[in-house]
Amino acid sequence: MSKELMNKMDIDRALTRMAHEIIEKNKGTEKLCLVGIQRGGVHLAKRLASKIKQIEKKDIPVGSLDIAFYRDDLNIRKEQPVVRRTEVLFEVTDLKIILVDDVLFTGRSIRAALDALIDLGRPASIQLVVLIDRGHRELPIKADYVGKNIPTALSETVEVQLVEEGLEDRVILESPLVPL
Amino acid sequence: MLTKKDLLGIKELSVEEINLILDTAAVFKDVLGRDIKKVPTLRGKTTVNLFFEPSTRTRTSFELAAKRLSTDVINFSVPTSSVVKGESLIDTALTVQALGADFIIIRHSSSGVPHLLAKKLKASVINAGDGTNEHPTQALLDAFTIREKKEKIEGLEIAIVGDIAHSRVAKSNIYCLKKLGAKIRLIGPPTLIPKELERMDIDVFHNMEAGLKDVDVLMMLRIQMERQGRGFFPSTKEYSRNWGLTSERFSLAKDDVIVMHPGPMNRGVEITSEIADGPRSVILEQVTNGLAVRMAVMYLLAGVKR
Repeated sequence: MSKELMNKMDIDRALTRMAHEIIEKNKGTEKLCLVGIQRGGVHLAKRLASKIKQIEKKDIPVGSLDIAFYRDDLNIRKEQPVVRRTEVLFEVTDLKIILVDDVLFTGRSIRAALDALIDLGRPASIQLVVLIDRGHRELPIKADYVGKNIPTALSETVEVQLVEEGLEDRVILESPLVPL
Repeated sequence: MLTKKDLLGIKELSVEEINLILDTAAVFKDVLGRDIKKVPTLRGKTTVNLFFEPSTRTRTSFELAAKRLSTDVINFSVPTSSVVKGESLIDTALTVQALGADFIIIRHSSSGVPHLLAKKLKASVINAGDGTNEHPTQALLDAFTIREKKEKIEGLEIAIVGDIAHSRVAKSNIYCLKKLGAKIRLIGPPTLIPKELERMDIDVFHNMEAGLKDVDVLMMLRIQMERQGRGFFPSTKEYSRNWGLTSERFSLAKDDVIVMHPGPMNRGVEITSEIADGPRSVILEQVTNGLAVRMAVMYLLAGVKR
């Protein structure tokens, strides 16, 4: 059974609001950069960068981060994650990194992303943006900016579909047919 | 995804598997360009280098690749091991496995040894050269280098020059590059080119000048000095005169040709220093790429379910 949690407009409004929040909290865009986690996070980071540009008329650098080499579940996954490129073509040391992901769940991907980022340099700070926070954290990790909080059951899955991946913009909650 | 726990040869790999390894290696090459060249991916795993034949570059490359992936590495060198006391090959390998090895990198002078060990062991066995059979990671790093320099492999004219008959590098490269759609030609004396290869849709040239025409990639092989005086060619001098890569001959090749050599080079025999150190040479890049390719192989094998 699947249910639409956000449509195109909802996603766009959430991103616009978060772009404003990022600028407000950081008092402008100085020393700011966006790094998206492959793949959904990368698309969202690019969208946030263009919204920030519309508001502040400033370009901020955008990078993409692959966390496959930093995962803690390589031994227990069914198959090895597909490795994508990490392209952070700017020096992160002393920058304020806005880390972007689509869904925040256990927090383990973010833990891996933090390790990966710190291997690239010594940023001044790292803040976290997620489109969806679905709860069930297994690590002490919290997002600074959240598009939408959605209470979920562990048996459910949340899928963020984006036009960049050839789909329509929407967020879907899939529940198993028979409640577990 | 790779389907087997071992990398024994190119012959056993599909085109998709080869491309997956090359794509993954590109990501590892990025890692090697950073200040921190190490990732925690295979932390807690153990790699054993089991080299029954001398090797500096391949062993060092595997050792560094394993360390960059955060595995612990043991180098098992044969002259100081129990092998000299007469321990059998399988007993040595089982002992190494009992120490907790997850990856066993093996080089041996007999063809087929890695295949035998792969059947006996739970660890991932990686062939680092077996007899005159295969040297798969060398072919993969060569393909990676060609792809990086030429942006494709399909349709390229690739010449392999020298002692094809005794070269596992040549064999792995022929399998690999043919699978990827390149056109292969072999250049060398008739005594060093096996007849059966001529039946594999491969052009054979015994004349270097004729062979160099229209070539995109030139792979020089090492003349194995240990085979001198066995009648394959009269002398290194004569070999060099007929099949050595000199500047005059090199000028017959395409302007954008790249020159490769798996090392170690016999300067002045199969290749002159002028070309080896010249602008068309990618010999040192092959070494760097070897590291990235070996990391990719280990990473992907670690993900194969047993």
